[in-house]
Amino acid sequence: MSVSSPTATVGSFTREVFDAHLARVAHLPAWWLDRKRAAYERFTTSPMPKRTDEGWRFSNFQSLSLDGYQLPPAVTLDDVHHTELGVKGAGTLVFANQRVAASEALSADLQKAGVIFDTLQNALLNHGEIVREHLLTQPSKLDSAKFAALHEAFLEDGAFIYVPKGVEVALPLGVFHYICGEGAALFPHTLIVADENSKVTVADFQRSTRTTDKQFICGGNDLFVSHGAQLTYIAMQDWSREALSVQFNANIARRDARVLSVNLHAGARQARHESFSQLQAPGAHSEMLALTIAHGTQEFDQRTLQIHQAPNTSSNLLYKNALLDQSKTIFSGLIVVDPDAQKTDAYQSNRNLMLSEEAESHSLPGLEIQANDVRCSHGATSARIPAEQEFYLQSRGIAKAQADELIVFGFFEEVLGKIENQELHDSLTELIRQKFKDAEPVIQA
Amino acid sequence: MKPLTEVESAATENPVAGIDQTKGDFRYDVTYAFDAGTGLNEDTVRYISSVKKEAPWILEFRLKALKTFFAKPMPTHWATKDLENIDFAKIRYYLSQGQTPKRTWDEVPDDIKKTFERLGIPEQERKFLAGVEAQFDSEAAYSNIKEIVAKQGVIFCNSTEGLREHPEIFKKFFGKVIPTGDNKFSALNSAVFSGGSFIYVPPGVKVAQPLQAYFRINAENFGQFERTLIIADEGSEVVYMEGCTAPKFSTSTLHSAVVELVALKGAKIQYITVQNWANNVFNLVTKRGVAHEDAEIKWIDCNIGSRLTMKYPGVVLKGEGARGEVISIALANDGQHQDTGAKMVHAANNTTSNIIAKSISVGQGRSTYRGVVHLPKHLKGCKNNTECDALLINTNSRTDTYPAISVRGDRNATQHEASVSKVSEDMIFYMQQRGLSEAQAMSLAVNGFINDLARQFPMEYSVELKRLIDLEMEGSVG
Repeated sequence: MSVSSPTATVGSFTREVFDAHLARVAHLPAWWLDRKRAAYERFTTSPMPKRTDEGWRFSNFQSLSLDGYQLPPAVTLDDVHHTELGVKGAGTLVFANQRVAASEALSADLQKAGVIFDTLQNALLNHGEIVREHLLTQPSKLDSAKFAALHEAFLEDGAFIYVPKGVEVALPLGVFHYICGEGAALFPHTLIVADENSKVTVADFQRSTRTTDKQFICGGNDLFVSHGAQLTYIAMQDWSREALSVQFNANIARRDARVLSVNLHAGARQARHESFSQLQAPGAHSEMLALTIAHGTQEFDQRTLQIHQAPNTSSNLLYKNALLDQSKTIFSGLIVVDPDAQKTDAYQSNRNLMLSEEAESHSLPGLEIQANDVRCSHGATSARIPAEQEFYLQSRGIAKAQADELIVFGFFEEVLGKIENQELHDSLTELIRQKFKDAEPVIQA
Repeated sequence: MKPLTEVESAATENPVAGIDQTKGDFRYDVTYAFDAGTGLNEDTVRYISSVKKEAPWILEFRLKALKTFFAKPMPTHWATKDLENIDFAKIRYYLSQGQTPKRTWDEVPDDIKKTFERLGIPEQERKFLAGVEAQFDSEAAYSNIKEIVAKQGVIFCNSTEGLREHPEIFKKFFGKVIPTGDNKFSALNSAVFSGGSFIYVPPGVKVAQPLQAYFRINAENFGQFERTLIIADEGSEVVYMEGCTAPKFSTSTLHSAVVELVALKGAKIQYITVQNWANNVFNLVTKRGVAHEDAEIKWIDCNIGSRLTMKYPGVVLKGEGARGEVISIALANDGQHQDTGAKMVHAANNTTSNIIAKSISVGQGRSTYRGVVHLPKHLKGCKNNTECDALLINTNSRTDTYPAISVRGDRNATQHEASVSKVSEDMIFYMQQRGLSEAQAMSLAVNGFINDLARQFPMEYSVELKRLIDLEMEGSVG
């Protein structure tokens, strides 16, 4: 264990590796390269997380090592077995090992309306100012500064979405991030800027091509939702079962903005996901939903922060975990209400469905309230399938296995049901169903 | 509806001491025969041990604890940085007039007696207590148990006596529930402890009236480190109450107790605290009980005073069917931080625990709920219920909630709920419209908020609690 070593660990991400990466992106604007250099310095000087860090309470430190990874070579679309989702969309961007491998451009109408859906590299070259204002500008507040710095230093490419004032994109935009190869390290990013009174839905799929490769993913996304805009962001990760994943989400909601983020977690050996939501002006609303299917010895470590910075804002967080086998989940959430944020309405809920005798769940739902005229509450429960519900269904003639399945999918539906686009909802539900059934046939018993 | 002023005046005529903040704010000059000086080192510990004429194993235990204390860091990675303001070198660790408590109030030296008389302790004892111990700085000045209770075989004395007279029972349980190294402050207590109660209730004995301890800090820069050990043998029942006050000094004072409870098979212990230290006292207390088969431990914890309280009464549910409960009320006013909560460790099948915490933040007061609930996987049929409610009175009041719930396996269940609210304007308006002043309405609403918990206190305490809340609410509106 190197967690307490006085010199900060860099693992595989040595200066030589960084210089080689920098050489590959040398054509990008100087300000961005400077920021990457600064980020690399922060990475080398920051310590690895320690057992005494509150933001890492209950986390596994054994497998946090940064050794044994390399930046993966380019691969083709065929190598990653890309499959479309079967949802009618407005455009697609497919990244394989962080390089764009395929794309389906926006319709001429949307392009004419000023919607931008492009790679981050192109955006840096063509829309530098918007990118500069929004890309990785939010602080790392959840004790992962080292990983955040690493992400910024090695971020090569990603998706950039900009929706101009008053424009509504009716169909969802699809982004796919694939990682391929043993030892591969990936730094995916999605940046979405929804300008005033615009509306857009983005689905971000993140997958490994094989379930057995040791991999490292250090990804992020930034979501900016301006006055009166509405953003629905759905991310589903299905990394290799041997992957270590550390991902950050930052979202900002301005006056009367609504942001809905849905995170579906299925893959990785150890997956940490941080979500940081800021409600900056009256009327802002943030909905933070997550669904996790944990099986085998998977560990899902979810840390959230909802900061209410202005009066009359609302947020609603619902994180549901279904735990099988020897899996482990950690949910640590915090609602912060700043002194001036009167009339805040904030809710936070963590539900753990225990489906195995050996699963382990930790809930740390927190509140820090500094204004008095607020409605804030949270709840956390951990329990098995309720006997009463099971009994009720059985008394109606439904077999136990089927009854349990109904109850479990009912448990998932509370999150999935928030996705308004019916096609997207159905295909995600099917993916989750499949994932759950592949996991372990416990409910067939 | 009865006007509030009547309740107030009735309570003033019939004072039950130890809860009103202003009531404890007085002091008489006392000359101390024994003084360990200022600051902490091995000699301090040796001095305390020698004046108490302790057995060698106790001195050894203390010295080892002192090393642990120095080695342990301050827990500021999760706790408030205010802890760094404690200057351990400026504290006086032992002050007393003697190590043997008096059995009658007549024998208690006048200067100490008048303190307790002013706090109303002898009067309460006559009225409704089975036994009283009154600690003045480091040692008990008075300790007595009613004959009828003593005849049942109940032992009630201070910890110094307990160690001397009943080592066979004391040693067996001492430091077992809360090991020295549990935290920095339990280590500090283990090094310099003095006073506190030792109670043993024999099998099947149900002590009808509560036993009470009263803790008084009188000296400036003083640190009080009492150590309490309560053992309820099989099928027995006991209720223990403690109260505490100190005068308000310009410098801060430290109170760091360790309280260990052992409820053997089928026993019941109820431990009631009404903490009303002056608001410059650092109150850093470790309290934990072990409940064996079918036993029940209930902590009723009320924190009103102190500058910073960090206290999380815990129950280790060790035997099948054991039950643990924490009822917590905290009131934080300007300059106060009540960091309180509970810890429930389930270690046997079919154990249940319940935590109900209510806090009120007034002015710039800050109240924090911090809790741990632990259900390991080899168990089944364990349940926990946690409810935390916070009431914020002023726009700049603050409250935090930091629970940690760990559940393993699919045969246990937990539920946790917390809410934050303010007193509704409709409610205040309704009461004003019925002729109450805004302040009275506010007091009534706040009392209503904690009413279901306050009722669990003995009558005398719950009346006083209501009165105190009225006082604290004065001037908090508008």
